[in-house]
Amino acid sequence: MNSLSRLGAIVGKELRQLRRDRLTFGMVVGLPVIQMLLFGYAINTDVRNLKTAVADEARTHLSREFVARVGQTQVADLRFEVDSPQELEELLRLGRIVIGVHIPVDFDRRVIDQERSAVHLLVDGSDPTILGVANQLRSMPIRFDSATDGAGGVPAIEVRPYYNPERRTPVNIVPGLMGVILTMTMMLFTAVAIVRERERGNLELLINTPVSSAELMIGKVLPYIAIGLIQLALILAVGSLLFEVPVRGSIVDLYIAASVFIAANLALGLLVSTLVTTQFQAMQMTVFVLLPSILLSGFMFPFDGMPRFAQILGELLPNTHFIRLTRGIMLREATLFELRTELLALAGFAAIALTLAAMRFSKRLD
Amino acid sequence: MIEARGLTRHFGSLVAVDSLDLEIPRARIYGFLGPNGSGKSTTIRMLCGLLTPTGGRVTVLGVDVPGDAHSLKSRIGYMTQKFSLFGDMTVLENLEFMAAIYSWPRDRRRERIAELLANYDLADRPNQLAGTMSGGQKQRLALAAAVLHKPDLLLLDEPTSAVDPQSRRDFWAKLFALADDGTTILVSTHYMDEAERCHRLAILDRGAKVADGTPEALKAGMGMHTVEVQADDPFAAQQALAGTPGIVSITQLGIRLRVLIPDSVADPAGLVTARLETSGVPARCDVAAASLEDVFVAVTQKPRSGTP
Repeated sequence: MNSLSRLGAIVGKELRQLRRDRLTFGMVVGLPVIQMLLFGYAINTDVRNLKTAVADEARTHLSREFVARVGQTQVADLRFEVDSPQELEELLRLGRIVIGVHIPVDFDRRVIDQERSAVHLLVDGSDPTILGVANQLRSMPIRFDSATDGAGGVPAIEVRPYYNPERRTPVNIVPGLMGVILTMTMMLFTAVAIVRERERGNLELLINTPVSSAELMIGKVLPYIAIGLIQLALILAVGSLLFEVPVRGSIVDLYIAASVFIAANLALGLLVSTLVTTQFQAMQMTVFVLLPSILLSGFMFPFDGMPRFAQILGELLPNTHFIRLTRGIMLREATLFELRTELLALAGFAAIALTLAAMRFSKRLD
Repeated sequence: MIEARGLTRHFGSLVAVDSLDLEIPRARIYGFLGPNGSGKSTTIRMLCGLLTPTGGRVTVLGVDVPGDAHSLKSRIGYMTQKFSLFGDMTVLENLEFMAAIYSWPRDRRRERIAELLANYDLADRPNQLAGTMSGGQKQRLALAAAVLHKPDLLLLDEPTSAVDPQSRRDFWAKLFALADDGTTILVSTHYMDEAERCHRLAILDRGAKVADGTPEALKAGMGMHTVEVQADDPFAAQQALAGTPGIVSITQLGIRLRVLIPDSVADPAGLVTARLETSGVPARCDVAAASLEDVFVAVTQKPRSGTP
């Protein structure tokens, strides 16, 4: 009974302090929304509307038709028409275009001879994604050549599968982003909340009261579980409203998975708080976990495509398992039971981190 | 109340507290006097079970520490050196929080808090954020929070290091009131005037207890004479006296010098006068009453010169 009222006192204090700390309070709401907008709009592997210029020196019926088809792919956004390849190079250098299409004077003859390439693509190769797109475009003139034999419209087909309009990036990004945002906020909030108390000396006062370590830790963590679930709701709302990301599976399953994931991250935050002495160190440690959670979890790059070593590291991150759960539940309509190994992995992770944190916390007073 | 035998604490190779024996009686104010790093805080932390002693035995209020320290928590109050309540909560919220933490009966919480606010001159600002208060106000709030649950033992770790002299006087008045009510108080300080107010005092130096007793007994049993030298050129006088056999320490206070000489010297004033005459420094020498600072200098055996 006393224990419960002490727990209540800690929770109440946390919430009160959180409400007064406008910056943190703003982060609770602002961070997920801003991240969603940033990631949702900016991380976009559908490459479209690359700035393109054309230097058509041939000016034949055939060349004009080719240029029109390049435009129709939607990959290239024809911004400029210039007279020479030198002008294309200048535009590339200035960064005003990323693709330059040069059609030589003897375009028609080259197409018929098939001995020399009929079109030159000048590409800003600094971004591999753009280069990849340009490589796709490269196949066009050859196809076009066969098109002169009567098979009209073929050129675009070579490119189109890659830009399948159904393959929208946010659908893939948002479920993963949930994990990234929760990792960031949950770990950081708990770690900072405890380290701050140590820095300010509050902890020395608290451990001299009848409050037990367990009451203190649970009392500090409980409010953040609630915050995590609120953030999840926010992410789902923004994802659904702005990016039309579906939740095809059960929302209850999703929330259960998220609760376990949040618990794992809070436990990790607690563990971090026992390892560091300043808030700044806590932030650094969070980034240390956050970066691999973004890069190695399958959020940014397909997990199967990663080297074996990176995959092993990835398996050690809660976010990897959570992303499999969210993508499974939200996109493939999988049930929690089907994905139970991932859920168990998260639960195990939470248990281990919490045990380590509790062990270190009681020692910490010495 | 508190009994410690051979209390020792190492931090790595550093010996912070070295086989300390303590006996602190009930309803008294017991002082720890010592410079920074003398082991005052470490000792207090060991007494309340925050730190595990490397060696020795401690009983606090009849409870073995740190073994049963948890059962002790509700019977001791602790005030940290740094203000450690919550700066982003109001006076009232802080006290309500502490009342809940100490499981103070819910129906009597309001009454107890009102009493504390009145006793510690905080009644006019219950809704002020603790972080925005002055040093003296923070200190009163910290004391109010530390005694909220009416502890038998109050541990105060340099409670007055951040407040002005007037606040310090008021603070000590509150401590005496608490002691009169039967609370045992252990307070660490590096101020001589505060040490002077304690019923009993232990002087700590580099982790070891070098003196223990009432301030009066310590002064009487110092084993030194104090000779006060008044000179127009105290610096020259100090130069002349430095290194004289039989002089333990010389401390300058304005134009005066306080010179400590062992009891074994029969005519301490004569010794000093003779020495100064030889050097041709005009001065007046008189035997003076010992101060606690003289005791401190004498027992720490640290010859000090210059202004304190």
